[in-house]
Amino acid sequence: MTAVDAAAGVIGADELLSLYEQMAVIRRTEKAAHDLFLAGLVKGTTHLAAGHEAVAVGASAALQPDDYVFATYRGHHHAMARGATPAECLAELMSKGTGLCKAKGGSMHLTKASAGMLGSYAIVGAHLPMAAGAAWSARLRGSGQVAVAFFGDGATNIGAFHEALNLAAVWALPVLFICENNLYMEYTPISEVTAVPNPAAGRAPSYGIPAEVIDGNDVVVVKNAVTAAAERARSGGGPTVIEALTYRHFGHSRTDPATYRPAAEVEEWLRRDPLELARARLQALGMPAGSIAMADERAGQTVADAVAAAKAAPGPDPGEALTDVWADGGSAWRT
Amino acid sequence: MADVTDVAADVTADVTDVTDVITYREAVAEGLTRELRRDPSVVCLGEDIGAAGGVFKTTSGLFAEFGRERVWDTPISEQAILGVAMGAAMTGMRPVAEIMFSDFFACCWDYLANEIPKMRYMTGGQVTIPLVVRTANGGGLGFGAQHSQAVENWTLTIPGLKIAAPSNPADVIGMLAAAIRSDDPVVFFEHKGLFASKGPTAPDGHVVELGEATVVRAGTDVSLVALAATVPMALAAADQLAADGVSAEVIDLRCLVPLDMRCVLESVGRTSRLVIVEENPYQGGWGGTVASIVADDGFELLDAPIRRVAAACVPLPFADALEQLVIPTTEAVTAAARSLVAY
Repeated sequence: MTAVDAAAGVIGADELLSLYEQMAVIRRTEKAAHDLFLAGLVKGTTHLAAGHEAVAVGASAALQPDDYVFATYRGHHHAMARGATPAECLAELMSKGTGLCKAKGGSMHLTKASAGMLGSYAIVGAHLPMAAGAAWSARLRGSGQVAVAFFGDGATNIGAFHEALNLAAVWALPVLFICENNLYMEYTPISEVTAVPNPAAGRAPSYGIPAEVIDGNDVVVVKNAVTAAAERARSGGGPTVIEALTYRHFGHSRTDPATYRPAAEVEEWLRRDPLELARARLQALGMPAGSIAMADERAGQTVADAVAAAKAAPGPDPGEALTDVWADGGSAWRT
Repeated sequence: MADVTDVAADVTADVTDVTDVITYREAVAEGLTRELRRDPSVVCLGEDIGAAGGVFKTTSGLFAEFGRERVWDTPISEQAILGVAMGAAMTGMRPVAEIMFSDFFACCWDYLANEIPKMRYMTGGQVTIPLVVRTANGGGLGFGAQHSQAVENWTLTIPGLKIAAPSNPADVIGMLAAAIRSDDPVVFFEHKGLFASKGPTAPDGHVVELGEATVVRAGTDVSLVALAATVPMALAAADQLAADGVSAEVIDLRCLVPLDMRCVLESVGRTSRLVIVEENPYQGGWGGTVASIVADDGFELLDAPIRRVAAACVPLPFADALEQLVIPTTEAVTAAARSLVAY
């Protein structure tokens, strides 16, 4: 693992342990969401991000608190990496009044605007231009902020991806386009519907945007790549495309057992679990096994407490059905 | 995209020596200029709106005064235009995006239908989107079926969008000010057929709050409810009706959301007869919503059925002679009003 070697020394053991614990919290929250769904306590659908933790946590570690993040309907990990608590995320999934969005958004729309996490979008690719717009705004205001759009490999074949990349490049916007390439657009291998081997990074050069393909399961590799891209963006160097290779541990959505994935492929990727990779790094950095076990224990307790809090929370206030359409808080459309 | 230089070229012919009268077209640029001067967070973007001044010359002079950091030319990328504007609106700016022809809303419909109107609600009020989408709307200029539609009814189907459609230069200035200052997303329809029309300009600081319809001609026998280009049409019909001794009241709705039904119902209370004059197709047109509210809330006020004068339910034909058979006309409004008075 050259990546492990190359990353040695660029991250301290304590910081890595903190990133590991964040990933452990996300993993356990996603597992809890899955179990709550099977128990009938989560309605609608969920698109779980177990397996993708390193992309969110590594990127978030490279960003400033006032930077902007836009995510997809598979976005629980991004909300939590930016500071949403497992309790408010699970409460949203469970239609509780204490949910992140007051139970008006649901699993596919987790948002924590106060932490710069400006939404999870359920129309594939729609948020790439929005991230470019937030970056444009940062440039106009001279704020030094960057914006990041996380998206799946499937989004690289929709028009908004191409319109966003072109505009971001021609306006030299401080925006990062980070593709979580998990090899499948929903149920279909991305390679069956895309003629280039790297659906995001392979298209970037045609827009004059630098791109790289990275190990999206290695939180240190992700952090380093995003740090470099964010620095370039802040210094006026324009956008970057990062294609982070990763893998879902669950199916596309709650109804999908993902039987279309070859067993050997699944096995190989599970061996490269982002938590296992981080644990190996921690051991290489001399972190005592007891400290890692304590991080796991804290993560487990955090999520257990979150599940209990979400279960105990009240349902939404019925009055909320007719609020928040307009800036005055209401929904009146006629006199 | 249409070549609209013939329309743009007549801007010079519109210029008048009378300083307090301006064209509808000039009023758009004037309204934008006033807000760009007033608020540094206002920024404009769209295709050909910069040095070119817009294909309809509605942004003429902006680039010279404010430069490329306030007036941004974009690629032909309607999704990027509205997506970028939305992202900027969520993060402290007040973008004014131009979609050249309202027909092109279909190219960026996701943003108008799924993104811009829903994010405040879906996030439980966490985000604010102070965004204006300007567009040239409507027919009568022979641009054919993909550049002539009146599509204000498309936007009326989406909860979460405010919809403005001024009928005269002073309202263009005042409603543009209200739209840009609004913390809600506003779709602002500028009517292509009105660009060359003239009227008094607006005094400094003029703001017409969204959702306030106005009685532009008082009458006692029939109410003609109109919007944008159908307002002068309804006024012309009222003149013809007056010659027959029929007193028509004309209401300029100005906005579809908020919809000022109080003004409409009060007028129907005075006249007891209602004709709705809309340029969008009868099928799904906004007049159906107005009629349904009058039926629900004002049935006892009526002495006759409600009549809707709307476009025929066909794609708009190219030839003027055919287009005039499809879109509303003064004669059709007059005939509808007469039929109600005789009912």
